[in-house]
Amino acid sequence: MGSKIITFVLGGREVEVMVKPMTTLQAVLRYQLGYTAVKEGCRQGGCGSCTVLVEGEPMMSCLLPVEDVAGMHVTTLEAITPADGLDRVQQAFLEHGAFQCGYCTPGMIVVSKALLGHNPRPTRQEIVDAFAGNICRCTGYEPIIAAVEGAARASASKAAQPG
Amino acid sequence: MAKLRGTGMSAVNYPTGMNLGGDPSQALIHATTSGSFVVSLSATDLGQGLRTVIGQIAAEALGVRMEDVVIDTADTDTGPHDMGTFASRATHRVGNAVMAAAQEAREALLDVAEDELEAARSDLEFDGQGNILVRGAPDRSLKVADIAAAAQFKYGKTIAGRGVYMKPRSPVDPETGAMDPDSTEAHACTVAEVEVDTETGEVTVLSIRSAYEVGRQINPALVKGQIVGGAWMGMSHALYETTAPYYPDPDHNPKDFSEYLMPGAYEMPEIDCVVLEYPSSNGPYGVKGVGEMTANAPIPAIVNAIYHATGLRIDELPVTPELILRGLDAKERAASVASAADTTATTGS
Repeated sequence: MGSKIITFVLGGREVEVMVKPMTTLQAVLRYQLGYTAVKEGCRQGGCGSCTVLVEGEPMMSCLLPVEDVAGMHVTTLEAITPADGLDRVQQAFLEHGAFQCGYCTPGMIVVSKALLGHNPRPTRQEIVDAFAGNICRCTGYEPIIAAVEGAARASASKAAQPG
Repeated sequence: MAKLRGTGMSAVNYPTGMNLGGDPSQALIHATTSGSFVVSLSATDLGQGLRTVIGQIAAEALGVRMEDVVIDTADTDTGPHDMGTFASRATHRVGNAVMAAAQEAREALLDVAEDELEAARSDLEFDGQGNILVRGAPDRSLKVADIAAAAQFKYGKTIAGRGVYMKPRSPVDPETGAMDPDSTEAHACTVAEVEVDTETGEVTVLSIRSAYEVGRQINPALVKGQIVGGAWMGMSHALYETTAPYYPDPDHNPKDFSEYLMPGAYEMPEIDCVVLEYPSSNGPYGVKGVGEMTANAPIPAIVNAIYHATGLRIDELPVTPELILRGLDAKERAASVASAADTTATTGS
């Protein structure tokens, strides 16, 4: 089968790519568009390092043919990172030492953003559930869980401030 | 069928560096014209934070700010020789090499500073903030950056230092086995609590609590990161990870990552640690290695806790549900044989 042109919205900007059928969103993001925060760990949905948001929901981009996101909003860590400084979740990861080698970190932060978007004050169990599809080899998860709890607290106290 | 709880303990002494020594690390330091110092290494940061701790050590030893130090671990083809990042050796070995290199670079800097500040070397001091001062004359000081620039453009000199650290290889006495295996040893003791499900054979780790003695901590947050991550990895070795989980047919072995079993966030037990510091005599600022050992102590602690809970002395890793169930079956059979023998003995009398 020949190539097709697929259009989707990446980090708020419309992009158009030409792909062979069944090319994964992961391959398009990383290799065609240069979005290197989208890792290629296992290419079979086993590690979560390629996680991106599709219409705000975390999805493993290595299992997703790019045709399936035609017309949809895709968000990678690049779009979560502000032009200046860090997002509050990134800041919390930094403060809690929530990464060592950093390979799983983009996926972990994307999942954390989605979780806190739906549920600003998640319980520990809800955080653990959110990371069910993400593997970390270095940290023992504990600092990552603490970072999400920290980010939730930080936004709660910000919300409580007058003005 | 029941859920049995048990507590187990283990202790480790962990040697820093390659067994018997003979594992050199080299470091080269040079100043750029902007006054920053590039530390060239071939040791690798695996994510444990080597670049951070070596940056701290280099800044302290050079007498400059950490932001003025660039750690370059780019390429083993072109960098100074290093035996590698393994055996919990890098902070100790590379740190010592960097301190030696920093000393030479400081001397080169002071050679120029003597002329630029018109002061005797014995009166010069580093303020640790990127300046060299003349002792007792607060208005006479120069930025390290300016001295480095003067060295290069005015005096035609380099500001550089070389360092190497090697514990000489220890011979083993063939008669007595006497040897000097390591430079220093870190220590740990771990207590693990487990719950064993006698119906499924599954082991749940409830907590891993440890005390670590690691010499001087250069960066306590990174030490804690090693300990917490290592507790997870030790638990993973004890109960989950193997490339050949299903016997006897190798066709059933996992073929890729999605079939390779590891615990996730859901399986994490409560992890707690305390860190004690008894500085080593030969590490930079008294450090010892705290890397691999953090994954060692949890394993026997968990296996001992399983013994405490079930009476099963398991000597294979990982302790799979299958091993637990087979062990419990064997124990039950042995007990019924024993009680049958008792009955026979009683009837016979």
